[in-house]
Amino acid sequence: MTAQTLGAQDVVLRLNQITKRFGALTANDAISLTLHRGEVIALLGENGAGKTTLMNILFGQYTADEGSVEVFGHPLPPGNPRAALAAGLGMVHQHFTLADNLTVLENIQLGTAPLWRMALGVAAARAKLARLAADFGLEVDPDAQVGSLTVGERQRVEILKALYRDARILILDEPTAVLTPQESDALFDTLRRAVATGLSVIFISHKLHEVMALSSRVLVLRHGRLVGQVATAETDRHALAAMMVGAEVAAPAVAPMTPGPARLTLQAACTRDRGTAPGLKAVSLALRAGQITGLAGVSGNGQSALSDLISGLETLTSGRLDLPAPPPKWTPRAAVAAGIARIPEDRHKTGTIADFSLTENAILETYNQPPYSHRGLMNWAAAEAHTAKLIETYDVRCPGPSGPIRQLSGGNMQKLILGRVLELSPRIILANQPVRGLDIGAITYVHGRLLAARDAGAAVLLISEDLDEIMGLSDVIHVMSEGRLSPEFARGALSAAELGLWMAGQGFSDAA
Amino acid sequence: MSSVFDILLTASFWAAAVRIASPLIFATMGELICERAGVLNLGIEGIMVIGAFSGWMAVYLGMGLWGGVAVAMLAGMLFGLLHATLTVPFGLSQHVVGLGVTLLATSTSYFAYRLILPEVISPPKIEPFQVLEFPYLVDIPLLGPALFAQTPLTYAAFAVVALTAITLYRTPLGLAIRAAGESPQAVAAQGLSVTGLRMGAVIVGSGLMAVGGAFLTLSAFSSFFFEMVNGRGWICIALVVFGAWKPGKALLGALLFAGFDALQIRLQQTPIGQAVPYQIFLMAPYILSILALILMSRRAQVPAALMIPFNKGER
Amino acid sequence: MRLEPIANPGLGRRLGFPALALLATVVIASALAALAGANPLDTLGLVVKGAAGSKFALLETLNRATPLIFTGLAIAVAFRAKLWNIGAEAQLYAGAIVTVVLGTSALSGMGGWALPLVALAAMVAGALILLGPVMLKTRFGVDEVVTTLLFNFIMLLLVSYLLEGPMKDPMGMGWPKSAPLDKALRLPRIATGLRLHWGFALGLIAAGLVWFVQVRTTLGYEMRAVGLNSQAARFAGIPVNLVLVKTALLSGGLAALAGFSEVAGLKGHLSLDLSPGFGYTGIIVAMLALLHPLGVVITAIFVAGIFVGADSMSRAAGVPTYIADMMLATALLLMVLAIGLTKFRVVRG
Repeated sequence: MTAQTLGAQDVVLRLNQITKRFGALTANDAISLTLHRGEVIALLGENGAGKTTLMNILFGQYTADEGSVEVFGHPLPPGNPRAALAAGLGMVHQHFTLADNLTVLENIQLGTAPLWRMALGVAAARAKLARLAADFGLEVDPDAQVGSLTVGERQRVEILKALYRDARILILDEPTAVLTPQESDALFDTLRRAVATGLSVIFISHKLHEVMALSSRVLVLRHGRLVGQVATAETDRHALAAMMVGAEVAAPAVAPMTPGPARLTLQAACTRDRGTAPGLKAVSLALRAGQITGLAGVSGNGQSALSDLISGLETLTSGRLDLPAPPPKWTPRAAVAAGIARIPEDRHKTGTIADFSLTENAILETYNQPPYSHRGLMNWAAAEAHTAKLIETYDVRCPGPSGPIRQLSGGNMQKLILGRVLELSPRIILANQPVRGLDIGAITYVHGRLLAARDAGAAVLLISEDLDEIMGLSDVIHVMSEGRLSPEFARGALSAAELGLWMAGQGFSDAA
Repeated sequence: MSSVFDILLTASFWAAAVRIASPLIFATMGELICERAGVLNLGIEGIMVIGAFSGWMAVYLGMGLWGGVAVAMLAGMLFGLLHATLTVPFGLSQHVVGLGVTLLATSTSYFAYRLILPEVISPPKIEPFQVLEFPYLVDIPLLGPALFAQTPLTYAAFAVVALTAITLYRTPLGLAIRAAGESPQAVAAQGLSVTGLRMGAVIVGSGLMAVGGAFLTLSAFSSFFFEMVNGRGWICIALVVFGAWKPGKALLGALLFAGFDALQIRLQQTPIGQAVPYQIFLMAPYILSILALILMSRRAQVPAALMIPFNKGER
Repeated sequence: MRLEPIANPGLGRRLGFPALALLATVVIASALAALAGANPLDTLGLVVKGAAGSKFALLETLNRATPLIFTGLAIAVAFRAKLWNIGAEAQLYAGAIVTVVLGTSALSGMGGWALPLVALAAMVAGALILLGPVMLKTRFGVDEVVTTLLFNFIMLLLVSYLLEGPMKDPMGMGWPKSAPLDKALRLPRIATGLRLHWGFALGLIAAGLVWFVQVRTTLGYEMRAVGLNSQAARFAGIPVNLVLVKTALLSGGLAALAGFSEVAGLKGHLSLDLSPGFGYTGIIVAMLALLHPLGVVITAIFVAGIFVGADSMSRAAGVPTYIADMMLATALLLMVLAIGLTKFRVVRG
């Protein structure tokens, strides 16, 4: 069934000329779309293309400056989330909106009964949840604390939440970003079952193969504008990619290199568990000069523990961490001194201090050394000169070194962080999700810099949830699951599906 | 040690413990509600002062005792509204705003006191709440007088604990309040107003704090003195932590705490007690509070969004 | 309604809102005066006259400002690093106790070195008092607001015990106060015949030094980094806990100087009414100064002027003196709001 064969009476959702501006930025520029009963459409676009803004308008979190929304033929009042929910819209956000310390049932019941009702109606809710779980194949323990669930289970809770509210239109924002390929397939099965019952789905993604696999129609957003709309059957991945970025992107060319000696090795390294995030479980790893080691895995499987360990934030409970010149005490400062360039996962909260200027941010790791500090006094002139050089060398677009870094785009912020750590001629580079949330131009830049550093002899550890990124850049690949590390696989040795099995925890010896 | 046991075996000790606990119970429940919704309310000390003052002044000016309680509650809610407006929609520092509210509520009480009673040297007394005995039950040894021969406000304090627990754990509203303190994003995604829930919790919680203050003037001392709240608000903040943000445990904490307080008052009268400077005994509540904070620091499950402002524009 | 951050607020916004906050405070205070049956303009005039209308009044204001400069600095330093030191009152008394203990006995024969030594000892005492809550924060994660507040009550009881026991003045006619300080250990007046002691000058010097530390030193950079984003600071390698401890030592030491200066410069002995809440008022002083050390001097004088002026106005116009406290609490809340509004704008939808 394609859009062309559907009559107007089957239209469940219609967006009319939606426009939303934030100051000078037009996040959505006169976007119109229709969704039919039992249809899956994909909304494709880069980060910052305006997908999330559009959905926030649909759900009443934002009010559109112009345009209107119709659900099942009735106009939807703007800026009213409850009206959107009542009209049968359900949303699974990219960042789950679940309370970790509440149970599954409590999370699902939240907001479903009038606030002033005297009782929660737990028994009836439990029964309805059990029925839905059986119908859609979404098993989950209603009394478990959400914080103790895996990411895949949490997503099930989010979908159940929407179904529990009798949603007829389900919107999923980047739903597979946190799943293994196998979990993604299970999700697609669930969605197909749902669609068969008459549900309609909007699937937001930037992963082309998923879009091709699931949707019947693709809408492409770029810079806030709807730039194309095609039936999935009539297009292919290359055409979609070109439409998404405006030109076809070439994957980086990675020339093979003979690896040098190990710059950092871990032997049976163990760290503490933190809450529901596992620590390292007897991890052995060697980062070699002139080699990019890719670390694949679903987030929350020990990557943070490994990243924190190498960053100096975490210490071992057992095992060894070996460097050519081991420091007496393992701290972030010792890690920097050991020649480790650290690109943190969250550049806003960990990588930079928002209210500090570019200069103050540029010297965060070296402020206490000459020429920036002498006998406890700061030399701001030297710091500013250094920052000006970084801005020049790393192409940081900004008003100048003395403005607050908060004004910079994510890409320019990341370039400054790159400059901060790469200018120290690091022997080891830890890049944790280095391109998350960046646009294509910045992604290409960051990847180019990492490859250049590898060619110059640095040992690079690349941590990413994006399997394509890992497979495209890495010389060797490891997979993490529940704190355990897989053996080392050479580039191209395993297919994405095979890596996916490792990500799902298969193949690990239980002795580990 | 024998003197401690002697004290523990007197019915008057247990009655005193429950009486001393009453204002703490009200204020602790008030703070607990605020914090469960995600707002630390450091206005508590001043709000107790304004509650003590306004309730007492209302009764002095001719309203009934329950009228006084209502006035105290309204005054508390007014300052709660001020606190909530600044900390919730505007997302300002809960530390600084809370201290500011405490300073403002305290100075407002003192200013109004001097305005209404310009020349008075010792504050006038009112006729406070009388003890209401439950027949038969009061004859239970030791605990009878403690639980069944108290003023109505003490019974009300226990009722407030039950009401708070039922609301938080057994109603949609309570679920929404707890969710607002755990994950405001989850609340907003359901189309509920985080701002409304948090402001409501702070306003109601502040009303309860003020009733706790009013207990001091309307039930315990029958008059208003400067400095009479004397850090009780800060102690209640420690009690919320000690009670792991759960109403039942917080009630136990308040009773335990009041028990120690009643004990030290009685110990002062014993020969050993008289050998020790009385200031040491008076320090006990504050030191106990600090110990309680240390003890619970690593154990309790703090509301995940406590002190984190929510602005729906942010992602 | 939601708040939208303003990337680069203009000067008008950064100064306009705080100015508006002060104006609103004056309007509210006038309304309170009217409520008390006085003419608002006359009342305001009486406050200004009482605070700065004569040489005597002005000197009284500066004397009252002196401890507030120290406590204001103590709090500005701590809040800058997001260390919520609400215990300046306790640290002040710790400084005062040490001043009296050393000043009435041990050091009386040391001549010129005695005074700086006493000041230093007082600072150490204040620093140590704050160290406790800070260690509890860094070790156990206990919120320092509540612990520093509780310490204030404990310290006052300790002072009460000392004044009724070991430190009681045998010649004090039964009043709970300590023996007087050795004459050699009194802070001299700035000029003969001028009722203003060197503590005020010391306050100015301290403000300059704190400013220098914050802007020009590595420690200042560390303190600001920790205050703005401790997570990023820790990641970058800044020893966050150590910085907090250093901040606490500085903050506690500054607050203790308030106690030293009050005892050695003004009162000459220790009593329970040494501080009418200078530690708490320091919070207002620091916040009104937007945590700027040089601004603290100005706001301390302003706040002191309001207290001194309100005292004399109260005697003349019959408006309760607590109007000063109300006014300052209002100013504090409005100033916090004003700072918030310089960083965010309220937008619809």
